[in-house]
Amino acid sequence: MNIINLTRDYDEDFVHRVEEESGQNVSLCYQCGNCTAGCPYTFAYDIPVSQIMRLVQAGQKKTVLSSKSIWLCATCESCTTRCPNMIDVACVMDVLRHMARREGLAAVPQVKTFWDSFLDSVRAHGRVFELGLLINYVTKTGRFWTDMDLGPKILPKGKLAFKPHDIQGKEHVARIFERFERESNS
Amino acid sequence: MSEAIAYYPGCSGLGTSKEYDTSTRAVCAALGLSLVDIPDWSCCGSSPAHTKDHVLSAALAARNLQLVSDMGLKAAATPCPSCLTNLRTANHRCEAAPFKAKVDKLLDDPYAGGVNAVSVLQALTEMVGLDTVKSAVRTPLKGLKVACYYGCIMNRPPELMAFDDCENPMAMDNILAAMGAEVVPFPLKVECCGASYGIPRPDVVAKLSGKLLDAAVGVGADMVAVACPLCQMNLDLRQGQVNRAGGTNFRMPVPYFTQLMAVALNIADEEIGFSKLCVDPRPVLSKALAVAD
Ligand code: SF4
Ligand code: SF4
Ligand code: SF4
Ligand code: SF4
Repeated sequence: MNIINLTRDYDEDFVHRVEEESGQNVSLCYQCGNCTAGCPYTFAYDIPVSQIMRLVQAGQKKTVLSSKSIWLCATCESCTTRCPNMIDVACVMDVLRHMARREGLAAVPQVKTFWDSFLDSVRAHGRVFELGLLINYVTKTGRFWTDMDLGPKILPKGKLAFKPHDIQGKEHVARIFERFERESNS
Repeated sequence: MSEAIAYYPGCSGLGTSKEYDTSTRAVCAALGLSLVDIPDWSCCGSSPAHTKDHVLSAALAARNLQLVSDMGLKAAATPCPSCLTNLRTANHRCEAAPFKAKVDKLLDDPYAGGVNAVSVLQALTEMVGLDTVKSAVRTPLKGLKVACYYGCIMNRPPELMAFDDCENPMAMDNILAAMGAEVVPFPLKVECCGASYGIPRPDVVAKLSGKLLDAAVGVGADMVAVACPLCQMNLDLRQGQVNRAGGTNFRMPVPYFTQLMAVALNIADEEIGFSKLCVDPRPVLSKALAVAD
């Protein structure tokens, strides 16, 4: 991790926005480290979750929103369950990736692409079309499906539908997305 | 006795976890719990929606809660813990009027509020009860050593999920014990298996799921019973990837707890759907049951 000048980069507005959007008081964190100790993803993070909390307190917007960790958090709720100060840490992580998206940042782009492909599928069909989602993901990332070896295992089980199960009210679902986009741009 | 509850199968119930859906329906029918399908339900949005925006996520879930309300029901059961979290979170967040107003703005029909989502596990525990479960057993699962794996979000955070213990849940253990199985204490019951990172980051899933399989072998389990479609996929379908990444040789069956219940209730094979799993539980199952005879 880079050395950070805590006073120089302090962004007060960032701290307030995180608190407002998550409904959490981040100043309650006293760095006990429980969240990091229980986080199953610490091994894959560039910044452990307790340090993310510290950096949020210190208003280090750029470092936090450019971290890989916020894209790798699985919302497993271990941190939220075990924080002695009842901070909903998982919600803070969620809000940080909302903010990163708005800033056009995604330090683990393939995760964002996967999630976006998922939502595109819901928007188009009203439900997730698993095979279509995979094809969409592979096309967008330009990477050959890393799960090719699973094909022979799953296809004979008749589980992956080749046609989407469109719901009748799929326009209702599409309208949820349209209105959401309109609201976020207004 | 017949109690009714709306039923939300979730998208994976139509695809990768078909056997969870069919076994759930058969088990509930056998135990007198009537699951009423929600007409034209849509995807709850799952994790991708809440990682993008909380209002969008709540709206996708609330469309379904409102459909339940339109059916004249106040509760819905879902087999999928990820759906459960989304449905409960949406209902909970909509208790705050300013949040609900934002959600309603995205919907065709506003959400009336007050629909409680529960897991199928909770519905079986509370609406059917262990005594009924026990007295319905035809083929006791005697001699079968099962590790019950709940996944990370079934009971967490406890304030939201409001069922069972968040560090050491017992509902599945109790049900399978009532069916005659020998449930083994499993320390990683609520550890995360790698979630939906199997596609973008298979290395992460291989590591986390590998740890779970290793622990299950360590406690002497014949199989790992699960309650989550994604946990099932990571531990079973990806077991080969786990073995390749870690140089291990696991061959651990990972059935849904409802499939094991269905065996004990003598439900037909097509509804149990063991042939849909990658590691077939049947050889281990028949061996355990034969030894116990
Ligand atoms: S568990 Fe809570 S108090 Fe402890 S470091 Fe994490 S966020 Fe801070
Ligand atoms: S919710 Fe995210 S940060 Fe918290 S423990 Fe789970 S993976 Fe780690
Ligand atoms: S969580 Fe999964 S299974 Fe449940 S509805 Fe949403 S996408 Fe579908
Ligand atoms: S799939 Fe993993 S992330 Fe989802 S509930 Fe199961 S353990 Fe948790």
